[in-house]
Amino acid sequence: MILEETHDCRDAFADELVRLARADSRVVAVCNDSVGSSKLGTFAAEFPDRLVNVGIAEQDMVGIGAGLANAGLVPFVCGAATFLTARALEQIKADVAYSLANVKLCGMSPGLAYGALGPTHHSTEDLSWLRAIADLPVIVPADPAQTRAAIRWAAETDGPVFLRIGRFPVPDVSPPGAPAFTYGRAVRLREGVDATIVATGTMVSRAMQAAALLEERGVQARVVNVSTVSPLDREEIVAAARQTGAVVTAEEAVPTGGLGAAVAEVVLETRPVPMRLLGTRTFAPTGETGFLLEHFGLTADGIARSALEVLGLDHG
Amino acid sequence: MRPSQTTITAAPPGPDVTGLLPDHDAIAEWRRLRERLARAGRDDSAATLAALAGGIRRTVISTIAAAGLGHAGGDLSVTDILTTLYGAVLRVDPADPGWPERDRLVLSKGHCSVALYTTLATCGYFPAERLSTFAAPLSPLNGHPSRRSVPGVETSTGPLGHGLPVGVGIAVGLRLRGSAARTVVVLGDGELQEGSNWEAAMTAGHRGLTSLTAVIDRNGLQQGARTSATNELEPLADKWRAFGWEAVEVDGHDHLALLDAMTAPHDAGRPRCVIARTVKGRGVSFMEDRVEWHHKVPDAEQARLALEELR
Repeated sequence: MILEETHDCRDAFADELVRLARADSRVVAVCNDSVGSSKLGTFAAEFPDRLVNVGIAEQDMVGIGAGLANAGLVPFVCGAATFLTARALEQIKADVAYSLANVKLCGMSPGLAYGALGPTHHSTEDLSWLRAIADLPVIVPADPAQTRAAIRWAAETDGPVFLRIGRFPVPDVSPPGAPAFTYGRAVRLREGVDATIVATGTMVSRAMQAAALLEERGVQARVVNVSTVSPLDREEIVAAARQTGAVVTAEEAVPTGGLGAAVAEVVLETRPVPMRLLGTRTFAPTGETGFLLEHFGLTADGIARSALEVLGLDHG
Repeated sequence: MRPSQTTITAAPPGPDVTGLLPDHDAIAEWRRLRERLARAGRDDSAATLAALAGGIRRTVISTIAAAGLGHAGGDLSVTDILTTLYGAVLRVDPADPGWPERDRLVLSKGHCSVALYTTLATCGYFPAERLSTFAAPLSPLNGHPSRRSVPGVETSTGPLGHGLPVGVGIAVGLRLRGSAARTVVVLGDGELQEGSNWEAAMTAGHRGLTSLTAVIDRNGLQQGARTSATNELEPLADKWRAFGWEAVEVDGHDHLALLDAMTAPHDAGRPRCVIARTVKGRGVSFMEDRVEWHHKVPDAEQARLALEELR
């Protein structure tokens, strides 16, 4: 297998944010002592007055983000996804979403990215929590191109947004020549008729690898990249169920309430077909991120195996 | 066709649930009041603000009694604070609630929405008749103020401990934009038990936000008991000073004392906390300083008695 070049999406995020800030003086960054982990060093050097580091205080951070938006600025509120979403969930609901504040919440290093630092630092529930909040788009870019396009869209769009900015290195998956991100639209990366793998974030490249493995077994798997987890592209999901008859979802998060549940809701309501929902079902054991992804079956092999299971082809 | 018992006749006219638009007559009246107060001597100002507050208190009682919902005790304790702010302090334009240079008022104790709604209607943000829809199905006037539906509401509040961080963000943002506008956050005393306030207090002190004022409606009661019996807040002024704020304590029902405290020149580089000593249920003898009037609704006779006392 060819070794692909991989990227930490935070780098694309940080670079694009500086570009946006150069072009628009309303763009500010807010963080919780996370200048390093949110990759805001360049931003801080170039726009020291426009970086509001509140210290280790997430409720304050999100409330301040809402206040900055009220004052006419465009705040990108950055913190480790687990602390941003869990610690300040009520602020996200009341101050940002219910108040329709123009705040861009940036959950950094989500999923299992913190590896052996353990489940206290893993952000595996964020998609479930935030998907339950009305009027809060939940965006999960899968590669640097999507990351850049998504934050440009967020800056240009008036209203609340949550962006999940990955740390675990991923290869490029966006097809050249097409817009990398369109709000609310899933991207069909590979055609297939036997089953569909619906993936988000770090799982998209692995879904593509799984489809290649499945082809060796004579199974033509479709691959759909869902970068807008909420609101979900229902049309694309219905088409997947209707045209391929089996669906596997894969996410670096709990599927209970996350992408898996979101897809299952649509499939159940429109065209019930056999499904498997891949994700983290328990608190993770100790180990680095790659090991933990294997542990949960969140690999090309694991995804392919689930597809075979759902098709009843897992006996050899 | 013979009408049967199940025939559905035309529904009775419901409350007006359309959006809230400025009431230009009320705005004109409010502007005249502001001009008069700007020229008035202290005695005249005190009398004018007291009359304004009396009218707001009466509307608060009748609105809550009609809706069967509300937080009368806290509404009556915060009324003089809101009256002073909108009568003589805040630079706002009810005809243009989104004016970028407006002063911002955040009511962190969002359960006292009726006092806020009544004050906003008095300024002409929307017609006072719409107060009668408070808490009715689909009314823009929810039990807690929503930025989505009420002009003049800067952020939706209700869960406690949210207003001060938002106020700090507004003050930081206005300073970044080079605006001279002020930010005032009105908090309950009980809600100071929420840790988020102290995160924000630390940030405001650290950043020296002189355009930020926190006004504490210090009525000494929270939903279930006295604050001192629940989780003691004193020495309250010292706590704010320790966080880098200037703190003053005033009689929260003395409009001129409030006005002086809110408008005095700032200590260099410090946000200001005005601890307004108030009485929950102020103005209605049987409600004053009684914990059960946190969210008890007056029945018809109690409302009549209360309105009589407030006359």
